[in-house]
Amino acid sequence: MTLNPRNLVLFGGMALLLVLEGAVTKNAIFSGSWDFSLRILNMGLISAVLALGVNMQWGYAGLFNSGVVGFVAIGGLAPVLVAMPPNPGAFTAGGTGLILAFAMAAATVWAAIAVNRRARLQVRVIAIPLILIGGFFLYRAIFDPASVAIEAVNPSGAGNLGGLGLPIVLAWPLGAVFAAGAAWVVGKTALGLRSDYLAIATLGIGEIIVSVLRNEDWLARGVKNINGLPRPWPVPREIELQTSASFVERAAALGLDPVTASTLTVKLLYSGLFLIVLLLLIWLTQMALTSPWGRMMRAIRDNETAAAAMGKNVTRRHLQIFVLGSAVCGLAGAMMITLDGQMTPGSYNPLRYTFLIWVMVIVGGSGNNWGSVLGGMLIYFLWIKAETWGLELMRFVTSGLADGSGLKVHLLASAEQMRLLTMGLILLLVLRFSPRGLIPEK
Amino acid sequence: MDFLNAIVAMLNFVIIPASAYGAQLALGALGVTLIYGILRFSNFAHGDTMAFGTAMTILGTWGLQSLGVSISPLPTALLALPFGIAATAALVLGTDRAVYRFYRKKKSDPIILVMASVGVMFIMNGVTRFVIGVGEIQFDDGVRFVINAREFRAATGLAEGLALRSTQVITLVTAVLVVWALFWFLGRTRTGKSMRAFSDNEDLALLSGINPERVVAVTWILAAALATIAGTLFGLDKSFKAFNYFQLLLPIFAAAIVGGLGNPLGAIAGGFVIAFSEVAVTYDFRKVLGYLIPGDWTPSGPIQLLSTEYKFAVSFAILIIVLLFRPTGIFKGKSV
Repeated sequence: MTLNPRNLVLFGGMALLLVLEGAVTKNAIFSGSWDFSLRILNMGLISAVLALGVNMQWGYAGLFNSGVVGFVAIGGLAPVLVAMPPNPGAFTAGGTGLILAFAMAAATVWAAIAVNRRARLQVRVIAIPLILIGGFFLYRAIFDPASVAIEAVNPSGAGNLGGLGLPIVLAWPLGAVFAAGAAWVVGKTALGLRSDYLAIATLGIGEIIVSVLRNEDWLARGVKNINGLPRPWPVPREIELQTSASFVERAAALGLDPVTASTLTVKLLYSGLFLIVLLLLIWLTQMALTSPWGRMMRAIRDNETAAAAMGKNVTRRHLQIFVLGSAVCGLAGAMMITLDGQMTPGSYNPLRYTFLIWVMVIVGGSGNNWGSVLGGMLIYFLWIKAETWGLELMRFVTSGLADGSGLKVHLLASAEQMRLLTMGLILLLVLRFSPRGLIPEK
Repeated sequence: MDFLNAIVAMLNFVIIPASAYGAQLALGALGVTLIYGILRFSNFAHGDTMAFGTAMTILGTWGLQSLGVSISPLPTALLALPFGIAATAALVLGTDRAVYRFYRKKKSDPIILVMASVGVMFIMNGVTRFVIGVGEIQFDDGVRFVINAREFRAATGLAEGLALRSTQVITLVTAVLVVWALFWFLGRTRTGKSMRAFSDNEDLALLSGINPERVVAVTWILAAALATIAGTLFGLDKSFKAFNYFQLLLPIFAAAIVGGLGNPLGAIAGGFVIAFSEVAVTYDFRKVLGYLIPGDWTPSGPIQLLSTEYKFAVSFAILIIVLLFRPTGIFKGKSV
């Protein structure tokens, strides 16, 4: 990004929106709560990281990933596995069984691939289904008792493998690794085919990852949810601050009551952590984009045939950027679970975590990292505010109707659906009238 | 050994439900494949077009019910279908005019059209939820069963009951009629032939004087009709919930790709392939096996390949297998 007046105004405007949200007295447009404003800022920062990941795939390489929700979800698994206290006895109950089962599954897939490479066609047609089906039953025979045994250990409190009890920040890179692994499997099969096949295949993998998290109770308790994840290093719990005498004193000096001061402090510390990650990522992605590698990626995006003729391995490069972009999405997923302090697999909705991220990238300016950051912050702000604004608008529109009339009740109750409509409209308008977005690539 | 009971159990739990579901998927996939053949992009808004069409049909049904109109024993929704189709056709023609036409004229990349269809998806999703809400709606007011499990048991003396719901019969009959009408239209009428010509070779079709805007408009109307019918049948058979229709997108795309994108016959075959595999893989075969093997050999746990929550994994797995080994589908589809 060049530091031209236009971009300064755009980022300044975004900051002004957040300040207004916190500083003004409560009215129809702004809530006037610093707590709410900081909450939007924190999720906005995470959205910016997510948008950076999707921008790597779409903006640098033109790959359409419609399974972002899955990569966010699998990234969110990492904090649970890293930071939760271990569930004593769970690993001895079924851990070896699980490892054996997964080894069995890997061996089956490897055998099928090996047969597919080496054997003659007639052998392949019979052998591959046999290997896959036999392997699947063996896997289930080992896996089922192991998962049942794990789920029986302390079922009301945990009933899952539990975590390692390590600092939660370690989970962030691990979340990225998880997502990268899933992306490698999808990319290996669906890349190199037609462009919209990737879109449909990723739509599938997104659904599958989310349903695995919902149903595999031994892993992360499924829909029973996981609560009370530990906080990352510098962030204390609110209650610790409120009971610390020195903190209460300092808050009083600023004219704040201890409860408000503690929530604000915690949120600000989170913002600081996320900001560090975001700045690091922007630095890395900017370096990558301006390097020869970035030039090659853009060349491939703009003309695959020409790039292939210059000796670039298009499919390999696509796989590489797909894995990297998904890893960033996984990182964002892990950060989000850390911020929430809980893992609720039921909340992973593709509209919110796939297609809304798309709106962020397109509105911000595809191919431009700073654009993605701005788009992520701005669209998240609008997404949250559209709910209240929609309600206010409906109140205004229906103010002429009699209280208790069926139409008025229906309109007011449906007002929250306005946000979907608004997002669709924003996407279509930007795509049509300003397809290069708020901060264009060049 | 009790073959009769085993066959009845198979019919009851696998074959009949899978046939009805397959017919619904096939109708949905036909819409996707038509749009792909003529407009050359994967329409991500198709699931929500189905939801919108069904919502409109439900509104029509409620209107008819309040007027006291009924075609019992058939569900009133069938009478409201033309209204639902008309409303959906108007909406998709409107979106084509407002959104897609611009990119078509500019000859944008297919992926840009896919992106635009995501925007349309958001809007349709919002409109549907705004109009009818997010809750689950039952709107089947017809007779529930053609064959009742209890009466079947009494009449045949078998231990296993066979239930045939009227919505399943309606689904299959309607699907056959619709498919017949569609193929007649594509094969015999002038407009249908011009559509196929346009799908096969756009430039040649334009040279021979085919009006592209007309072909596109007819395609959208057909897709709207197919989506509304598929959505209404699905809603009658199960229930209406906006989010479930969005989730149908994956099996429908899988069906269209398995059959070969752009190939109507393939879409039908694909729909049934996906539906039968989904039901067969997630069905617990313990009961059927119990009739076939001696009592003390019957396994104690469920004989189910995957739990029902993983039905998406089945569509996905079939999709991946087809993409790997036959990227243009079982019947040869097109690839851009």
